[in-house]
Amino acid sequence: MDLLSYPFMQRALLAAVLVGLTAPAVGIYLVQRRQALMGDGIGHVAMTGVGLGFLLNSSPVWVAAAVAVAGSVLMELIRWYGRTRGDIALAMLFYGGMAGGVLLTALAPGGTNAGLTTYLFGSLTTVSASDVTAICLLAALVLLVTLGLRRQLFAVSQDEEFARVTGLPVRALNLLVAVTAAVTVTVAMRVVGLLLISALMVVPVAAAQQLARSFAATFAIAVALGVTAALGGTTLSFYNDVPPGATIVLLAIGAFVLLTVAATPLARRRAASEARRARAARVPGPQDEAEYDLATAEGTSGGAHAAPAAGPSGRPSGPSGRPRP
Amino acid sequence: MTRPDTPMQEGTVDEIHKGAVDEPVISLRTVRAELGAKPVLRGIDLTVRRGEVVALLGANGSGKSTTVRAVIGQVPVVSGEIDLFGVPRRRFRQWSRVGYVPQRTTAAGGVPATVTEVVASGRLSRARFGLLRKADREAVRHALELVGLADRAKDPVDALSGGQHQRVLIARALASEPELLIMDEPMAGVDLASQEVLADTLREQVSRGVSVLLVLHELGPLEPLIDRAVVLRDGCVLHDGPPPKALGQHALPGHDHVHPHDDADADHLRTGLLS
Repeated sequence: MDLLSYPFMQRALLAAVLVGLTAPAVGIYLVQRRQALMGDGIGHVAMTGVGLGFLLNSSPVWVAAAVAVAGSVLMELIRWYGRTRGDIALAMLFYGGMAGGVLLTALAPGGTNAGLTTYLFGSLTTVSASDVTAICLLAALVLLVTLGLRRQLFAVSQDEEFARVTGLPVRALNLLVAVTAAVTVTVAMRVVGLLLISALMVVPVAAAQQLARSFAATFAIAVALGVTAALGGTTLSFYNDVPPGATIVLLAIGAFVLLTVAATPLARRRAASEARRARAARVPGPQDEAEYDLATAEGTSGGAHAAPAAGPSGRPSGPSGRPRP
Repeated sequence: MTRPDTPMQEGTVDEIHKGAVDEPVISLRTVRAELGAKPVLRGIDLTVRRGEVVALLGANGSGKSTTVRAVIGQVPVVSGEIDLFGVPRRRFRQWSRVGYVPQRTTAAGGVPATVTEVVASGRLSRARFGLLRKADREAVRHALELVGLADRAKDPVDALSGGQHQRVLIARALASEPELLIMDEPMAGVDLASQEVLADTLREQVSRGVSVLLVLHELGPLEPLIDRAVVLRDGCVLHDGPPPKALGQHALPGHDHVHPHDDADADHLRTGLLS
């Protein structure tokens, strides 16, 4: 493992693992809320932060984190209040963030767009020791939120209106997701790059969906795929001298394609076994044979699963449910 | 379902009706609301007392859904007062006492989720810090049994029919063992088999003294359960009293007639189960 003998590669691999863990962990909630491209928007805004970091001659990671958080909060506010043409407002934010980054970098003493490029597409050699500290802290925060509050975030992302009626602080949780996504973007920008980070948030989740039937399984598979792609891409880019971000993203997309192809026969088998189960459930019980006839008649017109609902085991209170006086 | 904090769980519906001086579970007084700049509710008065089943009827755009959404705080109220369990809605925090069933279209995430996962989110109002203990898991399982979907607990919700999906949403509302159920068009697009399971579930809840406010397009198979109907038109209360049988729900203004299954068998089954 000559790979691990280089300190810069140790840092890069550690960063890659953390990115592979955190990006899908946040991304799953964005996908669930159908805001898959939000990470992309935050990435654009973070460019201004990187430029500002160059200009102020301070750590671009922390400045980018601050600017990305501010941008994500702004996007969430636009989502609440700007019902009309929210997409236009978001577009302004995206392009403004990108333009601001390029401009501020050019203004910075000794700043070149080459410096910015390492943040746009990721670069292994530039992950410094202080970057690693920052990335570790931010990744811990992201995992704490996405795992610790998974039930709350699931409820809010699944059905915002219902979540509010269960008394959950919906706005606070939405803001938390936005801020966590912003933090993840800055965690990942050294490895994957700002322009491709959104892919690592979305693609592993999309790939996991091909196999998984539950949210928990989707989460686990997406994180596993994210870590695998990040580690594999980082290693490949070391040996072949290609940008890590692009390699990681293409690996993830490759996994998506593979799983999609593999999942098709799986889905077909599941559908077949479900149909068998539905047929088996239609076998009449001795106690309600009369109902069975009607249930089957309904079942043929009311979809494949209508019959078991009226079947013997399906009704808890049954026809003997207490009638109202 | 065990309901340790419900004082009236032993009483039958009739006893509760006699003691109707009790504080109402929902109380709206001259509530006005706007969507955009358009007035949608123009002074709604509505009361749901303990153990009562109240149906909100009216044509599309009459303000039924907006009324329900104002009750749960989804629509800002311009003027008037809304109380839940005697507490002004703005200060109301005991959301575990309320089970809400939204219109089915609002509840679709972009990631697969199992029936249990969706129903468990209804238990969050009772679970401290979002931790589901054994009793919480038990309540989730029981809620699924109530709607007859215990055997599909591990299936993804996407694999369910429309009616089964609606039953999942009702199980989600029941998971917190609420005293008040608020339902927005629970029968819309639901196949007949599921309609009957829903009617059974609702009857079982009502027999425990649960109060219900539900938006309906037509009374349908729930008719025998309904104590009172409030008919809205253009954001005003047109009728508040017994279900409008003489008038017939089909004569309501703007009524468009859609039945999931319009055949003789269906009618036979319906009367058989609910008489």
